[in-house]
Amino acid sequence: MLFKMIRGVLYHQRAKMLLIAFTIVLGTSLATGMLNVMWDVGDKVNQELKTYGANITVKPKDASLLTDIYDVGEGEQLSEAYLNEEDLPKLKTIFWAFNIVDFTPFLEADASLPDGTDAKIVGTWFNHHLSLPTGEELDAGIAGMRSWWDVTGGNWLDESEPSAASSVMVGTLLAEEKGWKIGDEITLAGSAKEMTATVAGIYDAGGDEDLEIYAPLDLVQALTDREGKVDRIEVSALTTPDNELAQRAAKNPSALSSRDYETWYCTAYVSAICYQIQEAIPNASAAAVRQVAESEGTILDKTQLLMLLITALSLIGAALGISNLVTASVMERSMEIGLLKAIGARDRSITFVIMVEILVTALIGGVAGYFLGFGFAQLIGQSVFGSAIEMKLKVIPIVAALITLVTLAGSLPAIRMVLRLRPAEVLHGGQ
Amino acid sequence: MRLEAAAVEKWFFRGKGDRNRFYAVQKTDLALASGKVTVLTGRSGSGKTTLMHMMAGLLVPDGGQVLLDGKDLYALDDASLSRLRNQTFGMIPQGADVMPELTVLENILLPRGICMRERDSAYAETKENCLRLLEQLEISGLLDVRAKELSGGERRRVCIARALAARPAVVFADEPTSDLDDESTRTALSVLRQAADDGCAVMIVSHDAEATDYADEKRKMDAGHL
Repeated sequence: MLFKMIRGVLYHQRAKMLLIAFTIVLGTSLATGMLNVMWDVGDKVNQELKTYGANITVKPKDASLLTDIYDVGEGEQLSEAYLNEEDLPKLKTIFWAFNIVDFTPFLEADASLPDGTDAKIVGTWFNHHLSLPTGEELDAGIAGMRSWWDVTGGNWLDESEPSAASSVMVGTLLAEEKGWKIGDEITLAGSAKEMTATVAGIYDAGGDEDLEIYAPLDLVQALTDREGKVDRIEVSALTTPDNELAQRAAKNPSALSSRDYETWYCTAYVSAICYQIQEAIPNASAAAVRQVAESEGTILDKTQLLMLLITALSLIGAALGISNLVTASVMERSMEIGLLKAIGARDRSITFVIMVEILVTALIGGVAGYFLGFGFAQLIGQSVFGSAIEMKLKVIPIVAALITLVTLAGSLPAIRMVLRLRPAEVLHGGQ
Repeated sequence: MRLEAAAVEKWFFRGKGDRNRFYAVQKTDLALASGKVTVLTGRSGSGKTTLMHMMAGLLVPDGGQVLLDGKDLYALDDASLSRLRNQTFGMIPQGADVMPELTVLENILLPRGICMRERDSAYAETKENCLRLLEQLEISGLLDVRAKELSGGERRRVCIARALAARPAVVFADEPTSDLDDESTRTALSVLRQAADDGCAVMIVSHDAEATDYADEKRKMDAGHL
């Protein structure tokens, strides 16, 4: 009989129930949208920040030590220690291999030019094709890691073309100074050999690189007789913002308990990825580029806090809306509730009836709100990040729990009213 | 079965302070016995309905006791008092009368539906009794009509049928004949009289002089005094 009453109320008071459902739809959709974006925004912001360069630098252990002691700037070397080029594919074999988005080696040298001056020449990969032992194939190189460089003349070197082996890219200031144009042939004299290369591209990097020459790694290795050697590797990796555990681990991973160590190792903290790179590449020292890693963390923390605040506010708003609507509904039905009490219904039975009505309404509103919220998330994803937001399954139970909580909290004043209602007050002509 | 109000009193406040205390019922004794119709008359605001609500377990008295076979009604816990209202008492209230979204049949079976399943034998017995009462009250054609579509008089008769269908030990009827024409009034009072003759204790609060014709005991209330 109680279920007949519930069905009757849901059907015959559908306008009122729809209003409650609509309030729940609003709360659920905002919560769903914000939570989905919040959990996906980490990857999205990471990807955005990856376009601004590497966040990990790998150097030979000895060189890293001397650089740290003498506080030498980026790219400057104090020793003749090198990494092996053949070890680079090992970067894609570490536990967090899929988080390694791009990487490229560097080998620097001074080259003498025909006019008697010297210029810095940097050997690197441009879009180097790799076939990994895992069967994976990828193109790694500076083209993906210096996306902000403006190639004002020619194009990025394409290593798949045979002519790329004897081509170089020149910084815009150097090209201007020397009067070089696309297609010019320049003679470069290294410590071991002299070679001729064609200017295939002129770039504007907006920094010291505009006075440098970027050449294929093999060319610089041949010029300086350092076959198979690289000075350093820059790695762009998707990372999780550091927390207290990551900070402790970065200082000394061996000081962690085995449980903490496992958590840290299996989370994509920048320190964990550095640690795994050192495990994979012999004699290497990997370090995070702190400014990048910290910016990522700060931006993410603030964005996520904003999303959480919007979620909390939308849920509070929904709770207040539900509270008003349910209380109004109970007030309207006080005569019926009084009658039910008079004919022997217990407080808990009446509370049960009202709660089932509200929870069924909440379920309908919640399901509709979830899908609407997922639509909101896609709208945010497309308009802010230009890509879809992934559906996070963990959002479903969280939103379900939050909406249940909000509905129960919103219904509390109405339930209190039901419990306090004295049948004699409403049966005697009604209030 | 004997239901007895022993020196019950009830007051309300019409403003702050003790001097604004208004006595609706003043130290009143009244006993209802099986097989008897007790009719309570009196002017509006004389305390008739308040006294009835106290005896029906709906309003806690401020003084005195309501005793059912010697046991204080208001010493019972919520579950026991609810069970008593459901299984021992039948209530015809003055204001709120029916659940508008339920049909006539569902309204009449509502007290049974609250505490038992449809397959229980007592439920089937009540249903049978309900059909008989609807015949007597001349509303058998309205069985499947939603209560919100009924007229005032039809709703009143549905209330009477609901109160009597489960054959309670005590029936409280607050203005049972309001909204009824003369013929329907006589029918309704006859049905209540019949319930008393079958062993039920019936308490009727009414302005209708005709109700006293069916009474075994006539009492008049004036300013909270019986």
